[in-house]
Amino acid sequence: MMTVAVTAISSPLLLHSQGPNRQLLQWKRNEKRRLPTKVAGSGVITAGFELKPPPYSLDALEPHMSRETLDYHWGKHYRTYIENLNKQIVGTDLDALSLEEVVLLSYNRGNMLPAFNNAAQAWNHEFFWESIQPGGGGKPTGELLRLIERDFGSFEEFLERFKSAAASNFGSGWTWLAYKANRLEVANAVNPLPKEEDKKLVIVKTPNAVNPLVWDYSPLLTIDTWEHAYYLDFENRRAEYINTFMEKLVSWETVNTRLEAAMVRATQREQEGTYTEEEANPDDEEPEVYLDSDIDVSEVD
Amino acid sequence: MAASIAVTANYVLQPPPYALDALEPHMSKQTLEFHWGKHHRAYVDNLKKQVLGTDLEGKPLDHIINKTYNNGDLLPAFNNAAQAWNHEFFWESMKPNGGGKPSGELLALLERDFTSYEKFYEEFNAAAATQFGAGWAWLAYANDKLKVVKTPNAVNPLVLGSFPLLTIDVWEHAYYLDFQNRRPDYIKTFMNNLVSWEAVSARLEAAKVASSSSA
Repeated sequence: MMTVAVTAISSPLLLHSQGPNRQLLQWKRNEKRRLPTKVAGSGVITAGFELKPPPYSLDALEPHMSRETLDYHWGKHYRTYIENLNKQIVGTDLDALSLEEVVLLSYNRGNMLPAFNNAAQAWNHEFFWESIQPGGGGKPTGELLRLIERDFGSFEEFLERFKSAAASNFGSGWTWLAYKANRLEVANAVNPLPKEEDKKLVIVKTPNAVNPLVWDYSPLLTIDTWEHAYYLDFENRRAEYINTFMEKLVSWETVNTRLEAAMVRATQREQEGTYTEEEANPDDEEPEVYLDSDIDVSEVD
Repeated sequence: MAASIAVTANYVLQPPPYALDALEPHMSKQTLEFHWGKHHRAYVDNLKKQVLGTDLEGKPLDHIINKTYNNGDLLPAFNNAAQAWNHEFFWESMKPNGGGKPSGELLALLERDFTSYEKFYEEFNAAAATQFGAGWAWLAYANDKLKVVKTPNAVNPLVLGSFPLLTIDVWEHAYYLDFQNRRPDYIKTFMNNLVSWEAVSARLEAAKVASSSSA
């Protein structure tokens, strides 16, 4: 009589957690909140996330990503995540928060609250549209290229690893290039002050709606490998989709801008002393760590 | 341990028990060409490559599935093996002019364990609709009870010690060409026009025999 949801994974290994969410929210609170909008007819003012159009028209990515795909992917899938999210959070504590805040809070250390899937997918898709552009592709330049070469050996080596991660992400999910300014190798850890050499670019693949925000990484680039992202244009040929994405679509400008912002943020946090040794180790114990063993995150080194 | 029912073919891409266009208009020939001809085929081909030269080579498919499930800490061959099994089971769960209501023993058990066929339909529909990301929804039999189960990615009820009786594939590739994002419409079409209750009944019989003999 019971409907059972099965996951082929063991339950999360919980040591304790200082609540990285609390620290993350401290600086994210500075980010712009959405403005409340009036709901027609009901007289009730409520905040609602809006469906943002991509920064190009729906046919502008042809022939590499068809207008038909954008019509469905943006016009149906993404729209539905936003609409369902709004319905889910109206009148709750999550209602007045920014999208990032909703994602972080509803992630709930891996024990996701109902709003997480919609919130994270709303965030991921907006990030995805902005990761691509008409006439995209080519190679990155400047600081971004320097860091890619430093952390992956060469741009070609990075490309191979990124493509391989995206191709091998079984089921639905995303592959990311992210900037990680954490000392520890484990996700979700309370982060002691990172040194320069701890800060680096990483490739991460995530399942379903999960994204690297939840581990306090700064996402720089993403590719959507849910089948709905490529089925109309490539059917089962995911590898071809990934090649096209890298060669013709990726917006290195945007990635570069995001990297600059991520590096500035990391510096600011250090200066503000968001990480303090006392806070992390109140009783001189080992740093408290929450291990997300229920999420198969492969950080591709 | 649950025995595999009917699907024991060793790494052979079995064609569905009907022509690729026979399920039209409910499931298009184009979908079958890709879903069976590319996705399912690739799982079988890749599985063969993966087990070649290992001690899994030549073992029955359900043996490989249970071994590589490894209590949830999946070994490399699991995804291909389970997906090969799941897809064969899926084609056999449907037939041209399918749908309608079950009858006989199967209907009696559905009414016993779900109160009514409608309640079962509702629960199966909900499981299929709410399996987030890629996965499957199932009717399964264990300990003389029927239940609805939803699983992610390649997981199936064999690894949970249950006998699968019916499945619907809710990976997007199963319905995207015909229904795009409209998964609820796909599920409805599957239930109303495609499901083969004969196959489900036959599997139930086999499951009862298998579970009484292993009791």
